[in-house]
Amino acid sequence: MGHAHESNTKKIWTVFAALSLVTIVEVALGIAKPDSLHRVNLINTSLLNWIFIILTIVKAYGIMWYFMHLEGEKKSLRWSIVAPLVFLILYLCFIVLVEADYIFEVFKHSHYKWIF
Amino acid sequence: MGATVTHEHALDGGPGPMGATYGKMMMWFFIVSDALTFSGFIAAYGFSRFKFIETWPIADEVFTHFPFLHGQTLPMYYVALMTFILIFSSVTMVIAVDAGHKLQKTKVAIYMLLTIVGGFIFLGSQAWEWKNFIKGEYGAVETTGGSILQFVKAGKDGKYERVKLEEFAATLPEEREQLTREKGFWFMSESTLPEYSVNEVMAGFKAHPEVLVRTEMIKDKHKTVLTREDSEKRLADAAHVVQGANLIRNEYGHKLFADFFFFITGFHGFHVFSGVMLNILVFFNVLLGTYEKRKSYEMIEKVGLYWHFVDLVWVFVFTFFYLV
Repeated sequence: MGHAHESNTKKIWTVFAALSLVTIVEVALGIAKPDSLHRVNLINTSLLNWIFIILTIVKAYGIMWYFMHLEGEKKSLRWSIVAPLVFLILYLCFIVLVEADYIFEVFKHSHYKWIF
Repeated sequence: MGATVTHEHALDGGPGPMGATYGKMMMWFFIVSDALTFSGFIAAYGFSRFKFIETWPIADEVFTHFPFLHGQTLPMYYVALMTFILIFSSVTMVIAVDAGHKLQKTKVAIYMLLTIVGGFIFLGSQAWEWKNFIKGEYGAVETTGGSILQFVKAGKDGKYERVKLEEFAATLPEEREQLTREKGFWFMSESTLPEYSVNEVMAGFKAHPEVLVRTEMIKDKHKTVLTREDSEKRLADAAHVVQGANLIRNEYGHKLFADFFFFITGFHGFHVFSGVMLNILVFFNVLLGTYEKRKSYEMIEKVGLYWHFVDLVWVFVFTFFYLV
């Protein structure tokens, strides 16, 4: 691989600080659970949960881009890793969660109970 | 990597397709497939959770322990600590890879060792987490219909606080012997009996009018607490006393909750364990000078990719098991 390797130590610690900060924010929100986020519903789950998911994706990006060094890879390798993951995971979550929500409705409105 | 060495052929470790060596590319392929496996597990967890969205256990009430701080309810802090440990061991790994590019043998060895130590601390933390989960804290009762009933009483500040079975269960002059294979037929055995029988819990409940039943149903972000009359009615269906968790039933709520917890964190823990083993292998190769002779520390980079992947998975497990 042709790319030059300058010392990255400073950048590594900056990324670590950023990832830690995101984790601290997540934990603080998880413990405080402010009503303005926790009780507001957005597409089947609370706003707080969406914030958690977005922060998780930010962390995943940080780990893959800097720690797993995708920034130094060729564009073709980068995309052949990220594109299948993004597409397949979104697709899987979509079908599975929509189906689960449907089953929940069936259970809820059925004339007999499964768990009582 | 490989700055000092030139290979003619891709299979010698020279530039392969997409500018990466074959070894590294195959590690990436493995990671992509493993990432999809974990996505499948987490999506399955999401499926069960959305299916039982009104009755699923609340993570904050399940994971409340912190080492050396007994009897306090401290949600989240312990897993947050575990997350830090894993991210930090990722950092030491990156530094080792970075030192490998500069062919600094001693620095690589030191940081590999730190990564291994971090991995072992994480595994130990997970074992402790499992121990608390399996042991349980309050105990509960399972009805004939398979739902879990927990016990609460009104606290001083008007909020309900959990009551342990041992705080109110009666002691009756009855004995129930554990069935083991020596006592019955060779194919007959049963899991460890709980400390209290259903009758003892029922008798204790009658004697303590302040104790109420809390159901799994979530209303307004909290589990529903029944009135005393309704509690008595629900408790009449009690079939099992549940303490802690196993693969069949758990005191926290829906059966699948413990199953997914054991399976996903266990599978991740197994990955961490494999990662630590790979790290140890590579660490000894560094000490023996294998990569020094090769003039390339690419192996550190490849094992490093796996190690970061393990960290990456934990970030998602942390979110979906403990936060959301």
